[in-house]
Amino acid sequence: MTAPARTPVPAVRMTGIVKRFGAVLANRDAGIEVAQGEIHALVGENGAGKSTLMKILSGMQPADAGRVEVGGRDVTGWTTAQAIAAGVGMVHQHFMLVPTLTVAENVVLGREPVSVGTFDRARAVRDVEELSKQSGLVVHPERLVADLSVGEAQRVEILKTLYRGARILLLDEPTAVLSPPEVAELWGVLRRVRVAGTTIVLITHKLDEVMNVTERITVMRHGETVARMATSETTPEGIARAMVGRDVRLGGGAPASAGAAAAKPAGEGLAVHNLMVRGARVEKAVNDISFSIAPGEILGIAGVEGNGQTELLEAMAGLRPVTAGSIAIGGRDVTGASVRARGDAGLSHIPEDRHNRGLILEYSVADNLILGLQHRYVKGASLDRAAIEANAAKQIAEFDIRPANPSLAVRALSGGNQQKVVIARELSRDFAALIAAQPTRGVDVGAIEFIHDALRRARDAGKAILLVSAELREVLDLSDRVAVMYGGRLVVTLPRSGANEDVLGPYMTGARREVA
Amino acid sequence: MRRTAFAESVLPPIVALGIILVAGDLLILAYGEAPGAVWRTLAEGTWGNAYGIGQVLYKATTLTCTGLAVAIGLRAGLFNIGAESQLAAGGFGAALVGMALPASTPWIFAVAGCVAAAAIAGAGAGAVPGVLRAKFGAHEVIVTIMMNFIVLALLNYIVAARLHVPETLHTPTIQAGALPRLSSAFAAFHGSAANWSLLIVLAIVAGAWWYLFRTRAGFELRAVGLQPGAAEYGGVDLPRTLVRALTVSGALAGLGGINFVLGYKGYYEDGFAGGAGFLGIAVALVGRNHPVGVLVAALFFATLSQGGLAINAMVPKQMVEVLQGVVILAVAASVPEVRRTVRQAAGRRIGKTDPTPPGNAGAATTPGSVG
Repeated sequence: MTAPARTPVPAVRMTGIVKRFGAVLANRDAGIEVAQGEIHALVGENGAGKSTLMKILSGMQPADAGRVEVGGRDVTGWTTAQAIAAGVGMVHQHFMLVPTLTVAENVVLGREPVSVGTFDRARAVRDVEELSKQSGLVVHPERLVADLSVGEAQRVEILKTLYRGARILLLDEPTAVLSPPEVAELWGVLRRVRVAGTTIVLITHKLDEVMNVTERITVMRHGETVARMATSETTPEGIARAMVGRDVRLGGGAPASAGAAAAKPAGEGLAVHNLMVRGARVEKAVNDISFSIAPGEILGIAGVEGNGQTELLEAMAGLRPVTAGSIAIGGRDVTGASVRARGDAGLSHIPEDRHNRGLILEYSVADNLILGLQHRYVKGASLDRAAIEANAAKQIAEFDIRPANPSLAVRALSGGNQQKVVIARELSRDFAALIAAQPTRGVDVGAIEFIHDALRRARDAGKAILLVSAELREVLDLSDRVAVMYGGRLVVTLPRSGANEDVLGPYMTGARREVA
Repeated sequence: MRRTAFAESVLPPIVALGIILVAGDLLILAYGEAPGAVWRTLAEGTWGNAYGIGQVLYKATTLTCTGLAVAIGLRAGLFNIGAESQLAAGGFGAALVGMALPASTPWIFAVAGCVAAAAIAGAGAGAVPGVLRAKFGAHEVIVTIMMNFIVLALLNYIVAARLHVPETLHTPTIQAGALPRLSSAFAAFHGSAANWSLLIVLAIVAGAWWYLFRTRAGFELRAVGLQPGAAEYGGVDLPRTLVRALTVSGALAGLGGINFVLGYKGYYEDGFAGGAGFLGIAVALVGRNHPVGVLVAALFFATLSQGGLAINAMVPKQMVEVLQGVVILAVAASVPEVRRTVRQAAGRRIGKTDPTPPGNAGAATTPGSVG
């Protein structure tokens, strides 16, 4: 290790890492090598073991086997405290900030500047301002974290790690909650921080990010490191192939249906008029929204999360009361109808949160495949188990749900297969209108392709589809019309041909609006 | 996988039993007695002779009902602490109908009427907290505890002021609907309180299983208990399901009343529930909220309770109450712990011999934590 190597010592070298959780082998022979001062991508499908590997690096979990070196020093089995002291900082996907404290207080938390035995608030603010200037991470030290946007909160998270002296920054899916301008800003910050000598590992499954900002890539699959490549020498297709282990068609697909446009029947598939919905904290979470989706059309709503999408979706599905306005399915008013009545009226719903809404994790695959339809699977006084089993066998085959075991608890399935259960159930029922919320969230590349195809087929079969997604790419790939939701309003609605990331970005941040 | 599932369900009670035996040994030694002799006396006094068996069966009959009541509530995510008063209300309902019906009522109708009255009275006591929870969000734990005081005091007043046989705190004997003792068919059970209501309760166990796992109502009830958000999404009417769950829970507890009223004494007596409603919480916990588990747990607690009387001469019978507490702690602690160990062992086995990628084999047991 100490031999005078011609190449400089790597910032991070992990070799032969094995980590087991119960019966699951999260990492087996996983490894990564990151050079000093580079931006390195760690990619892989959900469940490939990326986060586990990074948790081992940051000392949150010990490896069962293998070797971890930081800056050429063997640090195998170190603790989080040791990792922080050595300058390894992790920015988690879910922010770990105290909402009732200010930005400055959050940044210095655990390492507060002290004068005469008490917390030196003025110095904390000064330190944070100084750091903010150096790194280009713009924050307002005196603001409460609770009042920040997601993008600002993330900047605070990164500042916090830098404040603790991080020289190696691990970012776990940092763009999942950001709008395009915020993403661009983040890349700017990372590049600046990198110039100052910080090494960055970016955990992601978004290939455009990998291509845009990183220099080298480590690909994991099934807990193993399967490829290491230089970004300049590969293509998104090449990375996807390494991630999935087979060829994958990326994005695009059939452009906004030529066939369906011709066959588009007139009429109203799914419509809301002047809808107002109260949110948990906001009086007008949905503020006077109207739209109408024709049969055979996909209306995509883009927008940063937390702009009223959840309230809109819940109100349409019957899970949240409406303050004013109306909702209609196939021209039939269902504003006050129960969830079940809406289903019977032809509404199908892929909910945005499959773990809390879409699935009962302890129930079997077969039982989950009839959730919401249980009143149609009754024979005499009891449930018709034979029909439930037959339905399960059919859906599992048709939607390629793995493992193909109808009596397995859904909890035991991978994220992609769990989502397939939801999709299978909602697309196989008898419906005219579909609400698809974040249909590919937390789903691996292979399953995304499958789900997008299924949504296109439903559109071509004449269903009216409302697609709400935080992934702008997804909205652009699938929709016939694109709207942007900001602050509870649809601030713009464009035909697909007129929409792209540059046009929509300003609307997503609220910089532009086009409301009458 | 199947072997793991089997080990996960069978091992925890065995481990819990081991803990109980060790704790019991220590207690017995502390009293200066020989553990072997005490355990033998306990076994002989319960399962060692027909009378003991009869007494165990009698106690288990009531406990099964109250255990089922608590279990059904927990399946819906509701903690019914009111089984004690629901049990009393059920017994009172059965007694009222039994007293009101003429002695000439055909036996089958009289029994059916009394059983139905027990269920309805218990259901009424359960529905009140259910409605308060669904309509006003009043927490069912608080309301069921309060209902215990209200219902028991009310019954005490009615019996003491209006219905009692002089010099006693019980009602007159029922004229119709009485169930014969087991000893009428099997003379060996002579003297024990076991009676044919245990057959009715066995049918109730089967019915509770069917309701929970085979009907749409049960499907929705369990869904609400596991994930209310997903149940709501699945078109389940949450308030109605909460009311229904507590009503059914109350009915099950109320049905326990027939054991004493129809099968044993033939009248309602103040305080007959005697803690069986509260012990139902422990029965449901140990029985893991499964009807068959509840039945087994009820037999177990009934054995301990009857065994306490058998060993009273050697050690204080309160030792048994201590052991009941140990059972609950042992089960609560050993179930997750043993499962974890079983899973780890299974994980090692798979790691060594199974070359399937973790995406297939591993995903089947532990989710989520990998990413």
